Amino acid sequence: MSTKTAQAEGERAATGSELVALAPVRDRNAGTDFTPALFETMSVNLSATERRVATLGARRTVKKAWQAAWLIRAIECIDLTTLAGDDTPGKVERLCAKARNPLRADLVKALGLEDYRLTTGAVCVYPMMVATAVRALEGSGIPVASVATGFPAGLTPMQDRLAEIRYAVGEGAHEIDIVISRRHVLTGNWAALYDEVRAMREACGEAHMKAILATGELKTLSNVYRASMVSMMAGADFVKTSTGMEAVNATLPVSLTMVRSVRDYLDLTGQVCGFKPAGGIRTTKDAIAWLILMKEELGNDWLKPDLFRFGASSLLGDIERQIEHNVTGRYSSADRHGLA
Amino acid sequence: MNTIRDILDTMDYGPAPEDATDVRAWLARHEAGFGHFIGGAFTKVKGETFTVSNPANGQKLAQVAVADAGDVDRAVNAAAKALKTWRALSGNERARHLYALARHVQKHTRFLAVLETLDNGKTIRETRDIDVPLVARHFYHHAGWAELRDDVFPGQEPVGVCGQIIPWNFPLLMLAWKVAPALAAGCTVVLKSAEHTPLTAIAFAEICAEAGLPAGVFNLVNGAGETGALLAGHEGVAKLAFTGSTAVGRLLRRQTAGSGKKLSLELGGKSPFIVFENADLDAAIEGVVDAIWFNQGEVCCAGSRAIVQEGIADRFHDKLRARMEKLRVGDPLDKSMDMGAVVAPVQIEQITAKVKAGIAEGGQMWQPSWAHTVATGGGCFFPPTLFTHVAPSSTLAQEEIFGPVLASMTFRTPAEAVQLANNSRYGLAASVWSQNLDEAFDAARTLKSGIVWINSTNLFDASAGFGGYKESGFGREGGREGMREYLVPAFQAKAKALPESAPLAAPTPAPGPASGGGLDRTVKLYVGGKQARPDSGYSYPVTGPKGRHLAEVGLGNRKDIRNAVEAAHKASAWSGMTGHARAQVLYFLAENLELRAAEFAARLADAGASASAARREVEASVARIMHYAAWADKYDGAVRAPDKRMLTLALNEPWEVMGISCPDEAPLLGFVSLVMPAIAMGNRVVATPSQSQPLAACDLYQVLDTSDVPGGVVNIVTGDRDTLADTMAKHDDIAALWYFGGTKGTELVERESAGNLKAVWANNGKARDWFDATQGQGEEFLFHAVRIKTVWTPFGV
Repeated sequence: MSTKTAQAEGERAATGSELVALAPVRDRNAGTDFTPALFETMSVNLSATERRVATLGARRTVKKAWQAAWLIRAIECIDLTTLAGDDTPGKVERLCAKARNPLRADLVKALGLEDYRLTTGAVCVYPMMVATAVRALEGSGIPVASVATGFPAGLTPMQDRLAEIRYAVGEGAHEIDIVISRRHVLTGNWAALYDEVRAMREACGEAHMKAILATGELKTLSNVYRASMVSMMAGADFVKTSTGMEAVNATLPVSLTMVRSVRDYLDLTGQVCGFKPAGGIRTTKDAIAWLILMKEELGNDWLKPDLFRFGASSLLGDIERQIEHNVTGRYSSADRHGLA
Repeated sequence: MNTIRDILDTMDYGPAPEDATDVRAWLARHEAGFGHFIGGAFTKVKGETFTVSNPANGQKLAQVAVADAGDVDRAVNAAAKALKTWRALSGNERARHLYALARHVQKHTRFLAVLETLDNGKTIRETRDIDVPLVARHFYHHAGWAELRDDVFPGQEPVGVCGQIIPWNFPLLMLAWKVAPALAAGCTVVLKSAEHTPLTAIAFAEICAEAGLPAGVFNLVNGAGETGALLAGHEGVAKLAFTGSTAVGRLLRRQTAGSGKKLSLELGGKSPFIVFENADLDAAIEGVVDAIWFNQGEVCCAGSRAIVQEGIADRFHDKLRARMEKLRVGDPLDKSMDMGAVVAPVQIEQITAKVKAGIAEGGQMWQPSWAHTVATGGGCFFPPTLFTHVAPSSTLAQEEIFGPVLASMTFRTPAEAVQLANNSRYGLAASVWSQNLDEAFDAARTLKSGIVWINSTNLFDASAGFGGYKESGFGREGGREGMREYLVPAFQAKAKALPESAPLAAPTPAPGPASGGGLDRTVKLYVGGKQARPDSGYSYPVTGPKGRHLAEVGLGNRKDIRNAVEAAHKASAWSGMTGHARAQVLYFLAENLELRAAEFAARLADAGASASAARREVEASVARIMHYAAWADKYDGAVRAPDKRMLTLALNEPWEVMGISCPDEAPLLGFVSLVMPAIAMGNRVVATPSQSQPLAACDLYQVLDTSDVPGGVVNIVTGDRDTLADTMAKHDDIAALWYFGGTKGTELVERESAGNLKAVWANNGKARDWFDATQGQGEEFLFHAVRIKTVWTPFGV
């Protein structure tokens, strides 16, 4: 994803016993001019969307070694997150340690992944914690993501929101998770939304930008689709469902709608955008369901951390337990796996 | 090599096979073969047998006995014997049995799902998530109908022993659709399973025994078409229900003609899948997957004709091709498959032949890049296939393929979309995709099909009727309308046989002048709101009692029927009028008839009625017209509730153009009793009045004229009833035919109706007391005057 990530992947290749193909270097999404024709007439059918996600999990499943591998991939796509008022440097350091070693060593060995350098996709924190995280992750190749722009409501003055981005970038954040102004969506002020996200993207500079739509507050899938499209036009590297603070966070129908907007954007502009569901994704079953969604609707390129992330804090624990079960055939306990 | 690392590179799904151990053990226990289930026990396997194979690998699953005439006879006798006690049970007692069947199906869900997958080749995902749950749902729903039968259908009784023939595409589900309503109504059943897929029906027979269903209520015979023909022809069968091909449906229509058997046919289709430019395209693409790649496309209501608005067609097809690349075809027991195996090699040949014909006709075929890699391994697999640039006139657009092949064409305007959609012999189902509900409902109302799914496809529920228009058959399965297929009016059991009508007098000059004197009167035909001379140029004499010569009446022929049908088609505005407006016309008609009551009574008296009987017939006729004026804006359909965010409408739609052969008796009341419900529901009719006493009906010409009945709504052709009925039965532009005459005429119209499979309602030569309100009017008439269209509309934001 960022330069540092690319280096990390290079390290993986070097340390592995076999050559690992580097992910193709993609141009970042540069965005487009504000083009209402790309989204204005879009109307998403709720029932059909629900039917698709309801049957997706029944149409595909992964078992045995395939399940273990898919869960490893899920770990690699996690933005291991702490976004709480009581975060301290100590808590963030713990989280970073877990990001470096997300899976117990014996399980890594049992899966034959000693040389694989398994880490989470990123660590995600508040701006004040970026410096701590950057230090704690030094040399790991794990990017630090920071929320910004008056997270989670986004209702602070624009100059403050942009300043917050610059601060986090200055502290060493590689990725910035911005929040959009829901009011622009709810009032149909798409041009204002475009301008806002554009300005934020500029403030991010080299750091990659994830645009949080807070879909639980946009309510309709058509709103979600349009907000997603406008954010991509304005240069978002990722579109992300939720802050984790809304009443309803990542759901499969919302994700399907956003994923399809990513696909349409690719078809219409030739540019690639990533997707990050966040909030409420806690179980192995959820993780597999989202991976299946990505594979079916977008393809294998979206099964890698440069284009897909889970925003989650407790998901990793459930995956660890499931992997232990996969390896040993015994149901596991949370106490057998190290805390973040 | 490191497995996990390899998988991390490919991110493949890997195998996910469903365990079939227990089902295979069950099959192994029955290695000696399966017999028939008759009178509560399985018969020993003897005589001819057939081999049942797994279409996914060609391996033998079981050996099954073929039922011969003796087996069928024993099964029908067992059903007849059980009928006496079964129909005498209270609704609650029968409900308990149906409830038990539902419960026992649920207890064996996975067993049934795995067995169905082995036998049919459909994916375990579908049998597990769709077929078997719908089976249980069907028995639960009909446990309710058993309970409520006498409350909801007063005056109705079970039709008797039912012969039921089911197809191989949804073996257990079609069994449930047939068996549940029959048992709920109080009928007993002899079911013939499909020769490709008999196994779940056999398992169901075991479940019946386990659930304590009384012996003989459900009987099962196995075999192919010959066995089906034996069952259809058995005189102990009072009702035949068939799901399968239109060709076989036609054979059965002819075979059962005149037998007195009630018949329902659920046949083929070439169902349109209309995509408007403002549809949610990705939703519609998934709709296509559910429409034509559901059950390998082996679905009678498969959305096999995509009709796409021209401006979005390229984008739609691009999206569709991308989606097709993602489909997975293979081992049906694998939980990650979209499509399994086609049922048998003969079907693969059939599909292949049609695909080749499509290519030869210029259709552009496209299959996913992986299509040639679909492993056959002795199995019957066919890749999903798309044809674009399909002309409406091509084989691909007209003929049912019954495989995973979509034919796509484009349209310019909403009207053209519906026109293309209706351009088919079939009329089973249609799917309409638009985010504009104005557009969608407009299409739903004008499509000629028994089911319309708006922004959805292939939705089924036991509470919603399923069945087609046109050559897709007649009768409904599911819901209240489905129950009616297994019920008959109670008075019919005691109805007397009518004598065959006396032949018409020769259409030559009569020996003396017509009685009454006065200016000579010419009684012509009534076509398109005008009196018309008969094409034949012949008239026949009508005589009263003791041979008194009354008048000469036009001898209508086939060309007069043709002209009348043309006129009826032109009067389409009548079907578009509101029920209220039609009621006004009918009330006016009653008013004007009453004004001339004395004149009509005199006419009836001339025909032989006593003065008081004649007066009574006119009064009854006026009342009957008012009865249907009353119904005109009230028999309007129903709302079903399969889901909370689903508006499911059962709309009563007119057949549009109907033929009606009126009885010889009750020359005015019989005519009015049949024509009024038909036109009240919005049909336009071609009616032949009493052949021996047509004058009262002919006197109605002027009353119709003065009552604002638009020309062409009622067309009256006098002449020989059965000759004219023959022409009407053979007329492919008549959608329904009512026949009230003799047994020979019933046999004739039922047989000849097989051409376009028009719905026939005939009296089988039985008398009906037209003066008795329970026999001469009511919902029975209205029910036959409409065809039910079920419209499904999911909604939500």
